[in-house]
Amino acid sequence: MSALSLRGVGKVFNPGSDQEVQAVHGVDLSVERGEFISVIGPSGCGKSTLLRLIGDLTPPSSGTVSVNGKTPARARLDRDYGMVFQSATLLEWRRVAANVELPLEIMGMDAAERSRQAAAMLGLVQLDRFANHYPWQLSGGMQQRVAIARALAFKPSILLMDEPFGALDEMTRERMQSELLRIRAETGTTVVFVTHSIPEAVFLSTRVVIMSPRPGTITEVVDIDLPEPRSDDTREDQRFFELLTDVREGLRAVEDS
Amino acid sequence: MSPNARRLLSFLGILAVLIAMWEGYKWMGTATGGVWPGTGIGLPVRTNERSMPHTWDVVIALLRPARRGGEMLLLVLVRAALFTWRSALLGFVLGSAVGFGLGVLFVRSALAERGLMPHVVASQTVPILAIAPILVVWAGRLNVTRWLVVAVVSAYLAFFPVAINTLRGLRSPDATASELMRSYAATPNQVLWKLQVPAALPYLFPALKIAATASIIGAIVGELPASMPDGLGRAILNFAAAFSAAPEKLFASILVASMVGIGFVGVVVLAERILIPPSRRLEDLGEAAGQRGGRLKEVVA
Amino acid sequence: MTDRPEFLRKVYFRLPAIGIFVGGLIVWEGMVRAFDIKGFILPAPTAIAATFASETSDLLAAGAGTFSTALAGLLLGGFLAFFTALAAARWRFVRDGALPFAIAANSTPIVVLAPIANSWFGLRSPFGSIFVVAVLVFFPVMINLVRGLLSVEASGIELMESYAAGRRTTLWKLQLPNATPYLFSALKVAAALSLIGAIVKEFFGGSQERLGQYITTKAGLLQFEEAWAAIVLASLFGIALYNIVVLIERRVIPWHVSVRNA
Repeated sequence: MSALSLRGVGKVFNPGSDQEVQAVHGVDLSVERGEFISVIGPSGCGKSTLLRLIGDLTPPSSGTVSVNGKTPARARLDRDYGMVFQSATLLEWRRVAANVELPLEIMGMDAAERSRQAAAMLGLVQLDRFANHYPWQLSGGMQQRVAIARALAFKPSILLMDEPFGALDEMTRERMQSELLRIRAETGTTVVFVTHSIPEAVFLSTRVVIMSPRPGTITEVVDIDLPEPRSDDTREDQRFFELLTDVREGLRAVEDS
Repeated sequence: MSPNARRLLSFLGILAVLIAMWEGYKWMGTATGGVWPGTGIGLPVRTNERSMPHTWDVVIALLRPARRGGEMLLLVLVRAALFTWRSALLGFVLGSAVGFGLGVLFVRSALAERGLMPHVVASQTVPILAIAPILVVWAGRLNVTRWLVVAVVSAYLAFFPVAINTLRGLRSPDATASELMRSYAATPNQVLWKLQVPAALPYLFPALKIAATASIIGAIVGELPASMPDGLGRAILNFAAAFSAAPEKLFASILVASMVGIGFVGVVVLAERILIPPSRRLEDLGEAAGQRGGRLKEVVA
Repeated sequence: MTDRPEFLRKVYFRLPAIGIFVGGLIVWEGMVRAFDIKGFILPAPTAIAATFASETSDLLAAGAGTFSTALAGLLLGGFLAFFTALAAARWRFVRDGALPFAIAANSTPIVVLAPIANSWFGLRSPFGSIFVVAVLVFFPVMINLVRGLLSVEASGIELMESYAAGRRTTLWKLQLPNATPYLFSALKVAAALSLIGAIVKEFFGGSQERLGQYITTKAGLLQFEEAWAAIVLASLFGIALYNIVVLIERRVIPWHVSVRNA
């Protein structure tokens, strides 16, 4: 059974009104367990909407989405998703550790277990020393790492990430990418990752999904056959540059059409 | 259903609920002889005609003569309201000007802010009604007409929100915008008029709405000790004195006082609609609740 | 141990305000003496201070009575506002319908309720004052709370949604904490309002051992030093109540911008 399966999925906003927008149209996609899928495309191509359809934050207008063989709504109730947004969305009144504990609290885990789990997750993103800080005392990159720790805290089988590193500087961004790969290797989580950075998509993914706008649909899927485990050396690999070119050409085809 | 129709319907619904609660409580008290049903515990408020007139009697009172053979109560009250509004308007203009000036002064000089701000805040803890009689004595000495004193009391209440929000608004532009002005070698006056004041305008209007209300309150309160024979304050005192004979007249005058306040706020809202484009208007409760609440409802339902 | 430089820095920061306060008192005193201003127009600060010293027990008794009434009204009004705000945040019908009343009440001089309160609760009963203060406090607190409950970021809601959190959980974990800074800014306004409201209500009648009645009585007897001393005391109580709210705020929301920059 695949982790994710989308069949003819479409989404229309404001149907019937003069502001009707076909955001996503006829998307077919199947994602296996442990895969790392990046969705890339120009702004307005519906990549974020696609992520939100998978995460049951908005219902599809047509087609079916199946997550671990269930409906997205069921999967959400079963807490199959961890979500990371472009902004860290930390609750400013909670200290770092309490932010990581938030989903565990909601799921009714007892306090001792919770704090143990939060400490472990903060260790995973190497922020143990900041457990008692408030979010505003952290840099943007550190806040985003807290958000990742929070998303992983309840061991979801699927991680949905919407341009999580979009607001970070290039150096922090590359470090965060390596860290994300390390964490994924440790947890085996399936990841769907929305981005508009070509190197980011190539470096992280097992497959890169290219989308075109109006209506948002998949135009090409590029298999990324870079050797594992990936490291900073991967970024200088000949194959890495070839794959960059492949994805770039796929995107250019979208622009020209 | 259009949002306005929905709002009107909700308003009428809540109004009906409130009237029903009033009349229901009154009916219950009358039926049980002033105790909670089935107990001997007395109700907190008596339900006789003296304490709680029927809601419709209040409305009817407005259309009846204020005195036997005299003018309609509504007309008497509207005339008193216009008189009060004159003081309030002057107080509003004075208070807003002072408040705006203080805001500009504070943004220009940190020293002035540190020196005066605590006193500005403390000024609002002074019970102004207690000061008003003294102001009246002063006015008598200086041969100033009383309604100007009332305007000063009104300004005293109105300046505070304007000063606070003007300062907040003047400080609202991003650091980058200030640096941009700096790169143009703009003078402090240019920064003020080209950047800070335009940025402060959206903040100014919510404060002006509060100031409009405060100036009416100040005018009515100021009229009480000033022994003004013509204003709403005096009308309210008179009807309060005659409360046991005709309670509905006091309720009616309160209704009119609140209409004056709403009317004044309405004028400010209108000015805001004309002067500030929708994208720059600071959300008020209705709009914020409309958008965010809609989203919230969709999400948590 | 007091951190010396920190302490000195604070004093230095407050120096202009203290200077203006002291300077103002000196000018006031000087003018009263130089122009021989009569006590019924404006008593000198020293005369007020002397009265304060000689009438301490009467003043404090009246002040304590008014203060406790204001506090009771503040708590009652705040409590009612809290539950109304929850309902208004939950049901749009309540929100839409209540808004015009909130605007109306905020535009109404609440003091005009004083004669009604006297009739309802009796001239001497403290409930009349508590009622007026509660009504006065109710609307600003309610409006700010509703705003705080509803002004959560869309991404915060989506986060809670992704955890399949229910409505109650979202209220407790997201909306209420988000509303606390709004609550405190309303409470600061309400603290000053509550004391003024209580005093103004007392002008229209109430126990003799209250500041409002004390001021009217003394002013009626042309004992203006006493009246002024009471006015000063009322201000001090107002400032005290305001600062109590500020202290609680610092404890409860140390994370908020307004507090951490202070």
